[in-house]
Amino acid sequence: MKLSGAEIFVECLKAEKVDTIFGYPGGAVLFLYDELYKAEDAISHILVRHEQGAIHAAEGYAKSTHKPGVAIVTSGPGATNAVTGIADAYMDSVPLVVFTGQVNRDLIGNDAFQEVDIVGITRPCVKHNFLVTRVEDLAETIKKAFYLATTGRPGPVLVDIPKDLTKDKTEFSYPETVSMRTYNPTVKGHPRQIKNAVDLILAARQPIVYSGGGVILSGASSELKTFAQELGFPVTNTLMGLGAYPATDKQFVGMLGMHGTYEANMAMHKADLILAIGARFDDRVTGDVEKFCPHAKVVHIDIDPASISKNVSVDVPIVGEVKNVLPELLKEIQRRGEKPDQQALADWWKQIAEWQAEDCLKYTQDGDEIKAQYVVEKFWEISEGDAFVTSDVGQHQMWAAQYYKFDKPNRWINSGGLGTMGFGLPAAVGVQLAHPDATVGCITGDGSIQMCIQELATCQQYQLPLKIINLNNGYLGMVRQWQEFFYQKRYAMSYMDALPDFVKLAEAYGHVGMRIEKPGDVEGALKEALAMKDRLVFMDFITKKEGNVFPMIPAGAGQNEMILV
Amino acid sequence: MRHTLSILMENESGALSRVAGLFSARGYNIESLNVAATDDPTLSRLTLVTHGNDQIIEQIMKQLNKLIDVVKVLDLGDHPHVERELLLVKIEASDAESCDSITRVSDIFRGRVVDIYHRTYTIEVTGGQDKLNAFLNAMQQHAVLEVARSGAVGIIRGSSSS
Repeated sequence: MKLSGAEIFVECLKAEKVDTIFGYPGGAVLFLYDELYKAEDAISHILVRHEQGAIHAAEGYAKSTHKPGVAIVTSGPGATNAVTGIADAYMDSVPLVVFTGQVNRDLIGNDAFQEVDIVGITRPCVKHNFLVTRVEDLAETIKKAFYLATTGRPGPVLVDIPKDLTKDKTEFSYPETVSMRTYNPTVKGHPRQIKNAVDLILAARQPIVYSGGGVILSGASSELKTFAQELGFPVTNTLMGLGAYPATDKQFVGMLGMHGTYEANMAMHKADLILAIGARFDDRVTGDVEKFCPHAKVVHIDIDPASISKNVSVDVPIVGEVKNVLPELLKEIQRRGEKPDQQALADWWKQIAEWQAEDCLKYTQDGDEIKAQYVVEKFWEISEGDAFVTSDVGQHQMWAAQYYKFDKPNRWINSGGLGTMGFGLPAAVGVQLAHPDATVGCITGDGSIQMCIQELATCQQYQLPLKIINLNNGYLGMVRQWQEFFYQKRYAMSYMDALPDFVKLAEAYGHVGMRIEKPGDVEGALKEALAMKDRLVFMDFITKKEGNVFPMIPAGAGQNEMILV
Repeated sequence: MRHTLSILMENESGALSRVAGLFSARGYNIESLNVAATDDPTLSRLTLVTHGNDQIIEQIMKQLNKLIDVVKVLDLGDHPHVERELLLVKIEASDAESCDSITRVSDIFRGRVVDIYHRTYTIEVTGGQDKLNAFLNAMQQHAVLEVARSGAVGIIRGSSSS
């Protein structure tokens, strides 16, 4: 039987077991929406209030599950509004399939109404993209899109579908498998490199495991735990990797990088072996690469060969899936029946303990002002460390990363690479839809929350009981902090004048709003909010105005040059 | 260091743009670029000359290999290979003596005169980059009106196919 392009689209989604799609309709996708309407029992469509929100929601859905996020937007402005989200997903390797409507084929290139070359615009920020030009190619293209998005180093794939093609008809069959002559990711580590890595591991006296988001994407948290605990090595996680190794475990030395812990950064700096696992030596981690880990041999495990020796030159590269490589490494270690020098390791831990004694995340909640750190720490306690937490970008993001101790993967959902303000709320929409019964907190700030505030309406429509923790200091705090340190306190445009009344705003959208101004009220407010299982609660915490995130590696400095307070 | 990369890729619209876009986005330089379909109409070969140290070239090769449309990338410098470029140049002779000089120099470089219009000679020369540069240098004494160069193309010596 012949099906229309729009019918094929929906059949493909069903074949890929897509249960949720985030989107916003428009002229070029009317046929597609007409079929989605008929298929609402199988696929639930979530109507966002801005296309950027659709992509972030799909990201939240994907990051908190091991499934691809799926979104659909119309041509022209619908597509361009999605670009920030697509770039965000590209930087953080989030598996997404994004469908964009396109004008009729005979109009392409004619500057038609709501026409934009979205394939051209997104080329540098997608894993791959397609413009479908024949209805006969649609099913196979969609199959390829899902395959590319979810395998190898995951990423966003965009499929641009002209409107007239969605009403053309053809025979439909969904390909069971797809093979592409140009694409064949390496998943198994090379045996010789495994041996080379084990040589270094066994010879190490001051080793550290530096693991990142790749561990979470690979679903390899338990493999990482086994590996690190077998060896007794200290573990640090990147911002993207938080939760990949349990934060409350004694081998965990905290996050590394610009606002990482003193002990993590010092251990990296003094280490003689860095085991980089699914991490990419981002500049926020390395600081000045010339000063980075001067004494260390580096083993780098990554699915993406282009990540290896990109920023920091690597002694032993292992291209492969973390989930496969870690057990292979352990097997080789066990086969040799040797262990690294245990006395050296004990001395190393003693040294680390001295750094830990600096207690670099120490703060005291005194006086009348609420400290942001205190709010995050209380939220961690009251949610029993088991919430899904999304964040936006800035000081609140760093405080969330420092004080919410993630013991499980896929719980910390933030925009690491692109650093997209406005990510947190729509991402939380996606997380809550994927986990309807879970506590989903969005730790945000008065600047970021306003960038996608319109999604409060989405939350109302779908009754999503998010817990929004707005750390409101009346500033674009991170910008202000840099201006304080490096621009002689000239606070250019970092003051958020004319803030709305967030309580009234929340109420206007049909939610519960709370304003918390006293430290003594923080705990009670959080408990009350978390007890409201069926309502979105917007908690506006009025926090210390000029608080700073410490510790900090100033730009251009080395990891051993942290400012502690 | 100058490197000549031979890139086999899907003969699809957008593939060239992905390669060129990668170079501009990541700040790599392109000295010349040449692309055409191969004997297999589904594949194109793109020959690209770039400069960089070993680390940059390694990164370029990896990033190219990551592009879904790219089938294979080869640094021709790693293999014995033949590299050629085609030059078309239009030169105006000022008098009979310079006509002689133009054709003589052209002969020395195994060039061919492919068009004459009044006193304007259009000459075709093939060879490596150095030879073409030397030819243009030798012609500087005349009025060079226009130069069109193909950019390098190359192929590995011997029976193996890249």
